[in-house]
Amino acid sequence: MQRFLDLTLSGLSQGAIYAAFALALVLIWRSTRVVNFAQGSMAMFTTYLALLVVDAGASYWVALPVALVAGLLLGALVERVVMRPVENGPEINPVIVTLGVFIALQALASLVFGAQYRSFPAPLGLGGLTVGGVNIALTPYGLFTVGAVLVTMLALVALFRFTDLGLRLRASAFDGEVARLLGVPVGRMLTLGWALAAVVGSLSGLLIAGGSLVWPAYMDGLIVFGFVAAVLGGLESPVGSVVGGLVIGLSLSYVSGYLGSELAAFAALVILVAVLLVRPAGLFGRTTVRRV
Amino acid sequence: MSTADPSTSTDRLEIEGLTATYGPVTALEDVSVPAAPGAITAVLGANGAGKTTLLRTVSGLVRPAAGRVSLGGRDLTGAEPERIAAAGIAHVPEGRGVITELSVEENLRLGSLLGARRPTGSGGRRFDTDGVLELFPALAERFRRPADTLSGGERQMLVVARALLTQPSVLLLDEPSLGLAPRVVSQIFAVLRDLTDAGGITVVLVEQNARSALQVADTGVVLSLGRVVAVDEASALAADQALRHAYLGF
Repeated sequence: MQRFLDLTLSGLSQGAIYAAFALALVLIWRSTRVVNFAQGSMAMFTTYLALLVVDAGASYWVALPVALVAGLLLGALVERVVMRPVENGPEINPVIVTLGVFIALQALASLVFGAQYRSFPAPLGLGGLTVGGVNIALTPYGLFTVGAVLVTMLALVALFRFTDLGLRLRASAFDGEVARLLGVPVGRMLTLGWALAAVVGSLSGLLIAGGSLVWPAYMDGLIVFGFVAAVLGGLESPVGSVVGGLVIGLSLSYVSGYLGSELAAFAALVILVAVLLVRPAGLFGRTTVRRV
Repeated sequence: MSTADPSTSTDRLEIEGLTATYGPVTALEDVSVPAAPGAITAVLGANGAGKTTLLRTVSGLVRPAAGRVSLGGRDLTGAEPERIAAAGIAHVPEGRGVITELSVEENLRLGSLLGARRPTGSGGRRFDTDGVLELFPALAERFRRPADTLSGGERQMLVVARALLTQPSVLLLDEPSLGLAPRVVSQIFAVLRDLTDAGGITVVLVEQNARSALQVADTGVVLSLGRVVAVDEASALAADQALRHAYLGF
């Protein structure tokens, strides 16, 4: 029972990170129909920027907002400079371009920051908390991870649900042409959408790096798990992506704990195939066909 | 070259000599459409005549190869759709243009967001949410519902109401009667007639249902293969049997 509880707790904090990454993918997918394969590389790059800030002697709490703002700008820049020119071409073009950005950023990071492993600080303790005399697998940093993702998600929900800007963002995502006919500057909304997604992506990159190692390809594993989480949630639904992330986090934790950690990646792919076979629209996907 | 009378605040829409192409295909050739404040112009013709392209060109979704679109003397030719919408031309696209993922209230609020940035349109009447719900009471009952739960007629009411909330000087309607029960069509046309009669709002509607469109319109334009083949008062077009048989199918 103690073991099950431990696996559940570590699965949830790991799942929160997958959820953030999946949320970033979903935000871009639902507004542009592009799976942003560069999301991981963009997050890696901003995490290195955070590391620069820490190297310069500043605290983690300075590095964190610096990296998130850098993510915001990087997202806007990638959309404006790289994605915008291929927006109206064949559908495969933007996807290939994100793959190009993925590779280019990793190469650039190797050149600028070096390809060696670097350790990334954690702002809070990594030892398990003690509850009622029992040491459990919930660390202060794990709590921070879950809290940060939760706060980010609630802030996004509030933005989309309750503000005029959020309404414009959603209208642009759901039907760009109608939105333009209602005076919404859809181009600017797309840029903002990419920027917001990149902030959430950067957060996932920072969280998974905390107390661990970073190198230019350190996000590659997270890309796979985050993608599975997004598909599980239906790719369309921000709430679905978060639920998907937590489910994947828990599943992988149980698989690693009970069957062996070498099976984690295999389990993720089994879940992916199972979802696509049984419920291709995902747990929260809309099955209605959209007119084009 | 504006003919707008500077002594009135009504914005006159001018559509002159529009030519539009899709690659090698010419969809519109030298099309001019008379449109007057307080009047309804019906653009008629068979499928593929260029009716939808005409409206899309006026609202900026299609860039014209030649010709001019202006509102109140302000040149809008080739401007971005969001700018043309902000200038006061409300385009209700074919297939209703309801954003089904949003609620009825949110669809209407999108219209109000633009309307809040605009002066009152040429109709001289300022529309608010309560006002448009009075015009279309069926929407009031569905206010909080997702828009995809609406019937076809309710969707048409929603997009007209949403367009009115943008405080437009010009309403462009693409096939407002498509797939609707005759009773709903006459209700919507009656609202349009009331709006134009009450003030200087300009309505241009594209219709395949030529018979009912000519009943409500003041002026008719008949398109065939992208060219204007007839322009006249609506009653005169409806009385021209040869024209009706050749182009209008009734």
